[in-house]
Amino acid sequence: MSADAKIPGAEVLLQALKDQGVEVIFGYPGGAVLPIYDAIFNQNAIRHVLVRQEGGAVHAAEGYARSTGKVGVVLVTSGPGATNAVTGLVDALMDSIPIVCLTGQVPTHLIGNDAFQEADTTGITRPATKHNYLVKKSDDLARVVHEAFYVARSGRPGPVVIDLPKDILILPAPYTPAPATAHRSYKPQTEPDAALIAQAVALLKKAKRPIIYTGGGVINAGPEASAALVEFVRATGFPCTSTLMGLGAYPSPDKQFLGMLGMHGTYEANLAMHGCDVMLNIGARFDDRVTGRLNAFSQGSTKIHIDIDRSSINKNVPVDLPIVADAGKAINALLAAWKKDKTKTDAKAIGAWWKQIETWRAKDSLRFTQEKKKGAIIKPQYAIQRLFEITQEMKKETFITTEVGQHQMWAAQFFHFKQPNRWMTSGGLGTMGYGLPAAMGVQVAHPDALVIDIAGEASILMNIQEMSTLAQYRLPAKIFILNNQYMGMVRQWQELLHGGRYSESYTAALPDFVKLAESFHATGMRAETVDQLDDVIRRMIETPGPVIADICVDQKENCFPMIPSGAAHNEMILGPEHEAESAGVTDAGMVLV
Amino acid sequence: MSDISQRLATISVLVDNEAGVLARVIGLFSGRGYNIDSLTVSAVDADKSHSRINIVTSGTEMVIQQIKAQLDRLVPVHRVSDLSLEGPHVAREMALIKVIGSGEARVEALRIAEAFRARVVDSGIGSFVFELTGATDKIDAFTELMRPLGLAEVSRTGVAAIARGARTID
Repeated sequence: MSADAKIPGAEVLLQALKDQGVEVIFGYPGGAVLPIYDAIFNQNAIRHVLVRQEGGAVHAAEGYARSTGKVGVVLVTSGPGATNAVTGLVDALMDSIPIVCLTGQVPTHLIGNDAFQEADTTGITRPATKHNYLVKKSDDLARVVHEAFYVARSGRPGPVVIDLPKDILILPAPYTPAPATAHRSYKPQTEPDAALIAQAVALLKKAKRPIIYTGGGVINAGPEASAALVEFVRATGFPCTSTLMGLGAYPSPDKQFLGMLGMHGTYEANLAMHGCDVMLNIGARFDDRVTGRLNAFSQGSTKIHIDIDRSSINKNVPVDLPIVADAGKAINALLAAWKKDKTKTDAKAIGAWWKQIETWRAKDSLRFTQEKKKGAIIKPQYAIQRLFEITQEMKKETFITTEVGQHQMWAAQFFHFKQPNRWMTSGGLGTMGYGLPAAMGVQVAHPDALVIDIAGEASILMNIQEMSTLAQYRLPAKIFILNNQYMGMVRQWQELLHGGRYSESYTAALPDFVKLAESFHATGMRAETVDQLDDVIRRMIETPGPVIADICVDQKENCFPMIPSGAAHNEMILGPEHEAESAGVTDAGMVLV
Repeated sequence: MSDISQRLATISVLVDNEAGVLARVIGLFSGRGYNIDSLTVSAVDADKSHSRINIVTSGTEMVIQQIKAQLDRLVPVHRVSDLSLEGPHVAREMALIKVIGSGEARVEALRIAEAFRARVVDSGIGSFVFELTGATDKIDAFTELMRPLGLAEVSRTGVAAIARGARTID
């Protein structure tokens, strides 16, 4: 199509989406975007999945993006359509998920007039996105759409909003293909500096107590980056731990893998972080959930930090050797430099370090006791452990999403991932209601895979309307609810930090989830005691179509280990299994979240 | 890096001259709790496609490095230059200063204005408006001297800054 031929703006938009390789849009129609829905109606190349609330559309696109490595696309109308999408946008911003969100807008001549369903979408979403655009001229439309995809997926990925006034969608516009030249200003550095890589290797070769700490950046760098990570960790023989967002980059369980670190991380991972002498951080951002009290965080270590986002370096924790690069390219460079440098590591010191780590590991900090006799209450940890084991036995390709809270942490602790892109969770923002729509998006991308949302009964109600979407598109996602009738993590904090004042954390009048499933054309089932658990899990997996499995679990169970707010890594609380020596929480810690 | 002493930084940012770009920069400062001591912005090329934003800010070295990194990752930002670090630079602002008074105070104000090379851009029977260009501390000093002489109103542009010598931002 020549640049001077003009077609309606909405068709230009669809053409640009096709050229960007878009297969599916998660959306919800409304007045301002009807021209786009006309264009969708007239073609078959791009599929549209109709959600039940715009917030669900963004999380679905996040699940799609996180499980495929592609950009997720959202389409919502002006005003409330756009404002409902905001939570998902911030979620994607915090977790670095590439999203392009198309929002309708009132016609250009009405902007600023408080027109019906008008909102200042670019104003509202400016701090909620990596970048946003308001298209005011038809000539800019195609260029902006191509640029939005480039920005969403380049550098540190993130959400991009394109606000589209209705007249721009109707008026004829020229189509231009994606430019072959570099962007005029946004050119993130991806290649690591060779000299810095050599310095990093020199530090690592001399290390006596090294640790490799990886994050979501490795996942975002693609499956090749995870494969390179495994090779590098094996080549070094060093221990490796991962953030919540990084799970799956290094296979678990594995001898060199210490499990997740941070607030609910393992004893061995946190103490190894605390006691290491050289720390290699690849694609993680020293989040407060990972560091605990900053002035006590791994004080004795030399820190190397690889991040594609320069602003993540030296933000929370001062580092000694910053390397701005794509995680995958950096790992490959490290691996090559490691092999080239013939210096031997200090085998004696590394051996002693591993011995120390093994004593920490022997604490078995995730230990819990499940009574097995008939009628016994199900421990939530056991439910997830069995879910993992049964999916392994059944050899199903499994994708896990979660909501937010205790169940999320137990899922991170007890469900093991051998590959990247199999674990979708709201890490940075902590958005309850993420898991069901995210599972929907994953299932759209992987129609034959087993997709399970590990949920809590409180979180699931935040986007329960999406059950209707599962039914409409016959998406066989499974909702595995750990039902303790409490907002479990809130209850836990109230018990441990707020004197047992269980203020507003109990949900009275919960729905009957079995009947709720049935009313949404899904299958419902329930396990009330431990003897029913395996059968429910198997039936959940084998039943075609969407399923809600309501797993009634111990109401009082707490998620351990735990580093209380304001505490250091070596002040973690172990569970009752370890006769908790409570570190106590300081006043300074109480104000933290 | 763990130095907690504060420093002033004069940062020039070359950006695409497009709607919302100033809001992005200001939003970054307010959203992350950084200080803005002064901020100026204007288009700087013939076709008005680029603007230059000059920001004077203060913070620890770690915070100032953060500010620069955060500015640099904004999509419409072409270049971030920390003039305070990158060699000698000139930083100037312009102020319009209204002084109301009569008699000896009025004469004294005029005398001081001459010493500071301030121009009188408006004068009435009971008032002057002085125009003064200079470094921030020069303008601060002048307004302090005017205070007892009938200082009534001050309007300042904020700092415009540029590197000395042949070095340019792009």
